[in-house]
Amino acid sequence: MRLTRPRDLSEALDLLADQTWHLLGGGTDLYPAHVERPFAHPLLDLTGVTGLRGIRRTLDGWSIGATSTWTDVVRADLPPAFDALKAAAREVGSIQIQNAATVAGNICNASPAADGVPPLLILDAEVEVASSARGSRTVALQDFIQGNRVTDRKPDEMVTRILIPENAGTGRSSFVKLGSRKYLVISIAMIAARLADGEAAVAAGACSVVARRLARLETVLARRQPGDAFSDLVQPVHFDDLSPIDDVRASAQYRIDAARTCTIRALEEIGS
Amino acid sequence: MSMGAELGSESAGVQFDLNGEPVEAISDPATRLTSVLRDEMGLKGTKVGCDAGDCGACTVLVDGDAVCACMTPLAQVEDRQVTTVEGLSDKGAMNHLQRAFLDHGAAQCGICTPGMLMAATALLAGEDSPTEQQVQDALGGVLCRCTGYRRIIDAVMDAGTRIEGRGKIVGAAIPRIDGVPKVLGTDRFGDDVASQDALLVRVIRSPFHSADFKLGDLDAFVDATPGLVAALTAADIPGENRFGVIAPFADQPVFAADGHARFKGEAVAALVGERQALLDLDLADVPVKWTEREPAMTLAAASAAEPLHESRPGNILVEGFVARGDVDHALREAVFVVQDHFTTAYVEHAYIEPEAGAAFLRDDGRIEIQACTQAPHMDREAVATIMAVAEDQIVVTPTAVGGGFGSKIDVSVQPILALAVHRTGQACRICYTRPESMRSTTKRHPASMQVMIGADADGLVTCLRFDGEFDTGAYASWGPTVANRVPVHASGPYLTPTYRAHTAAIHTNGPVSGAFRGFGVPQAAIAQETLYDRLADACGIDRLDFRLKNALRDGHPTVTGQTFERGVGIQACLTALQDPWLRARDEARAWNAAHESSPLRRGVGLGTCWYGCGNTSLPNPSTIRAGVLPDGRLRLHQGAVDIGQGSNTVITQIFAEALGVPTDDIELFIGDTDVTPDAGKTSASRQTFVSGKAAMKAGHALREALLRHGNVSAGADISLREGQIILRDKGAERSLDPGALPVDQDGFVFQVQETYDPPTTPLDDNGQGEPYALYGYGAQLVELTVDQSLGTVQLLCITAAHDVGRAINPQLVQGQIEGGIAQGIGMALMEDYRPGRTENLHDYLIPTIGDVPEIRSIIVEVPDGEGPFGAKGLGEHVLIPTAPAILNAIRDATGAIVRDTPATPDRVLSAIRAVGN
Repeated sequence: MRLTRPRDLSEALDLLADQTWHLLGGGTDLYPAHVERPFAHPLLDLTGVTGLRGIRRTLDGWSIGATSTWTDVVRADLPPAFDALKAAAREVGSIQIQNAATVAGNICNASPAADGVPPLLILDAEVEVASSARGSRTVALQDFIQGNRVTDRKPDEMVTRILIPENAGTGRSSFVKLGSRKYLVISIAMIAARLADGEAAVAAGACSVVARRLARLETVLARRQPGDAFSDLVQPVHFDDLSPIDDVRASAQYRIDAARTCTIRALEEIGS
Repeated sequence: MSMGAELGSESAGVQFDLNGEPVEAISDPATRLTSVLRDEMGLKGTKVGCDAGDCGACTVLVDGDAVCACMTPLAQVEDRQVTTVEGLSDKGAMNHLQRAFLDHGAAQCGICTPGMLMAATALLAGEDSPTEQQVQDALGGVLCRCTGYRRIIDAVMDAGTRIEGRGKIVGAAIPRIDGVPKVLGTDRFGDDVASQDALLVRVIRSPFHSADFKLGDLDAFVDATPGLVAALTAADIPGENRFGVIAPFADQPVFAADGHARFKGEAVAALVGERQALLDLDLADVPVKWTEREPAMTLAAASAAEPLHESRPGNILVEGFVARGDVDHALREAVFVVQDHFTTAYVEHAYIEPEAGAAFLRDDGRIEIQACTQAPHMDREAVATIMAVAEDQIVVTPTAVGGGFGSKIDVSVQPILALAVHRTGQACRICYTRPESMRSTTKRHPASMQVMIGADADGLVTCLRFDGEFDTGAYASWGPTVANRVPVHASGPYLTPTYRAHTAAIHTNGPVSGAFRGFGVPQAAIAQETLYDRLADACGIDRLDFRLKNALRDGHPTVTGQTFERGVGIQACLTALQDPWLRARDEARAWNAAHESSPLRRGVGLGTCWYGCGNTSLPNPSTIRAGVLPDGRLRLHQGAVDIGQGSNTVITQIFAEALGVPTDDIELFIGDTDVTPDAGKTSASRQTFVSGKAAMKAGHALREALLRHGNVSAGADISLREGQIILRDKGAERSLDPGALPVDQDGFVFQVQETYDPPTTPLDDNGQGEPYALYGYGAQLVELTVDQSLGTVQLLCITAAHDVGRAINPQLVQGQIEGGIAQGIGMALMEDYRPGRTENLHDYLIPTIGDVPEIRSIIVEVPDGEGPFGAKGLGEHVLIPTAPAILNAIRDATGAIVRDTPATPDRVLSAIRAVGN
């Protein structure tokens, strides 16, 4: 038997401790990775686990359950700080993919071009991970994703929730995705930005092995004065920490240039 | 469910609701829902295009939400409601949406249609009257390679004006005759025809661009692996291990034989066995010892490398040449000269149906192959040679074809299926995976072109010199045709008194380049048409006026010295664009003036084409058989394969018009290579013209036979009534009873068979002669905006004027125009196949529904003297002007010159920045 579908979390964690599994959420990364080869391990389908799906207000922020889909994000009642996440949700693949793919799966797949990661980074997202042996722990998203297809998740662990702290839910946000066609497109570059009083958060995706926050730019933006033009504030030097690659989608230099243009546009969209 | 319940164990399958009925599936719960639906439930309407969520052909509804069934494990639909295309119709009756798809011409080949219908159904459940934007958002996840999406948008909105017909039979804009099964999801494509017990075939392919290999003991591997039945290698081939579409150049082995694989994806062996056993296998575990060699992946590398084929030094497969006068002298004399160098990329056909088929031993001992193909008779010939049997020992039955565009002229699965049946004696099936299809089948030739054009002081073009190299990949395929067609066409449809065009098809270790809609002409048109804009500017003449001034007219010699007394339609196409051109230019100027501080710049560009219909200076006859059956039915044996373009409908309309009966009275019969004669390959924009002419002759011949038998005059009317043939002549009525007449060996009481082969002459050493009996013409106008900060391009509108001589079916003409433009958009802006890198439909991008703008089709009819009812071919023409028109519009907007396609955002931005320097 190649698929097991536990119904509660402790059962899932016990199974996870027993052997090596492919963890299955919406299947939108797992199945495409197996077009020409069989699964190396049995599948542990987490979408049947009670309580893992849903986007909720918590005492100190918001929680996105591990099997919540991108369509769940689009439909959720969330403050304007989440607009970037909602915009990204609408641009993940296609409606078919948004209906199946999970937010946690997007993180765990750890693609450099994961659409969900920059919008979650600007929300200071944390990842809650659980195992039967060690219980739960919480890791900052920027530490959880360690490289191209590499995360901090141990083989006996699974992501249970993504947590957004209360103070990150303030202000307004936007998301700009740049690709070579309209739908079903892997980003050349993408920017998520959030502006609140005296605070700014900007993250770039597809411009480094792991999407990252642009700390120096955030400092400049946090100190902005009324009347400052974003096109003046956002300078090429703010993108020096990015390390894009040349590939079939674009050159590295283009990605750096485009990241700056997209950042200005994302900020102007919030400002307008 | 108890803790850790394993679904799908023997005691309990997975229960769900399928199209309103409770069902229980016993497949492994990890099985893709596509496989459960198709293989366990027998519902073949849900199509598989990629198994990766990239194409959306498998879209079904789960509890009303659209999902890709290919990524949905069976386990996840437990206790849920699944709706497939089979759930839309009521006992074979189309629902409203399906009817709209048929009426609006939204289905061409039909392979994406079920996915489109399901995605639209999800939308319409929540939104009665969606906007175009809502339709695009809802259908953005389903790719279509045929239609250009515009008819699909109209169908979902059930809006838009339908194109008008001009004629009752020929000229009528009737929905495609074979369309109902396509919108019902019941049409049977290559992977839909195998019997339930057929063995599966999987092919072992080279993982390297160039490698030596040694097969291990495959028989031992088969014996040791439960469920496997046989391994097929070159040693199993009874005849020649060699095929190729042009006999003198045939060079491609079914399985690489001499221990050397020449491209990544080349077949070296195959395994046959039970389906699940083969799917459970990782083909990397099959014992083959590979030794990678340094590949020659570029034209430059190939020229310096060892020949891939001993008989072809310098890796030159073939050269093409056309010359008139002393071009170098003319260039020196010219007042204005423009020149530049251009390159284009590998372009993948990316039909949504991967190559697939089935084969079995017939009761008479012959092998029958059912497969998606553009050329059943060529398939039969190739397979017979490989199997060392007479051609009539092989039967090929074409299935519905889920897009072809040239690649399905070459054989792919056919010989492998024949070998598998020959070896095992059992029915066998095969379906390529998407990456396998992309790796192993043909591509559009990448081109490297140096072009110079000169004009005199009055702005008349005096000369053009074209030097082009075309990367033909590891084997010949249609490389010779590309090398020969390009020199004939590289002038564009313009009077060019002095001319020299030289081409070479060069072997590399890239994928095999073959036929793709236009055979190299779209690449050449990019060079000629973009240089024409620059030459017009240099001459100080409006770009449209410059083209009109130089366009060919009746009686002008072409670059091969051929003249046409009538039917040269490029002037008419350009004239049709004059008002749209002036309007678009004014609007762009006004918009740019009003948005000076915006990074967006608006531009307008033109492109044109001409294209010879039929083979270049070679015979390409079509034969059409038809007759009357004893029960009074009129049967038309139609062997011109319909790959979505509409030949089933067009040939029927032509035949019906010639016979003098409504199309509804004709019984279309496709049959197989035994009973339906050869109408040639679906290629070279030849079916409407060549097979159409044969159908016209057949219609006339049958009419004459009936009238003669009835002894009535040539003006008599023919009609059918209750099995009788009624002849009405000047008020008198005569009835023929077919049941009373003798029946021939084929079952007809009247039978006609007519052949047509277009008149051409060979080209001499300077390429002078009459390569085609007719050309078709077209001109397109692109309006777009360019984002000068990002290099992105937004298409706004494309106006396309195409001269088809006579529009046999205007709705199908419109469908061809829109679909060709969509492929031209892809070639211009995004399509770039990199061997080993973009072997799927998320790294290799083709236009989605959001990438094709409004298209305004203008059908121009300048009748041709040779074509049936004046008709000309159209299928390839429509793609040719689009890419250069887009590049010209980019330059119009920004001044940027993009020399290398596709014009991706980074290339456009670089070109914009180069303008300032």
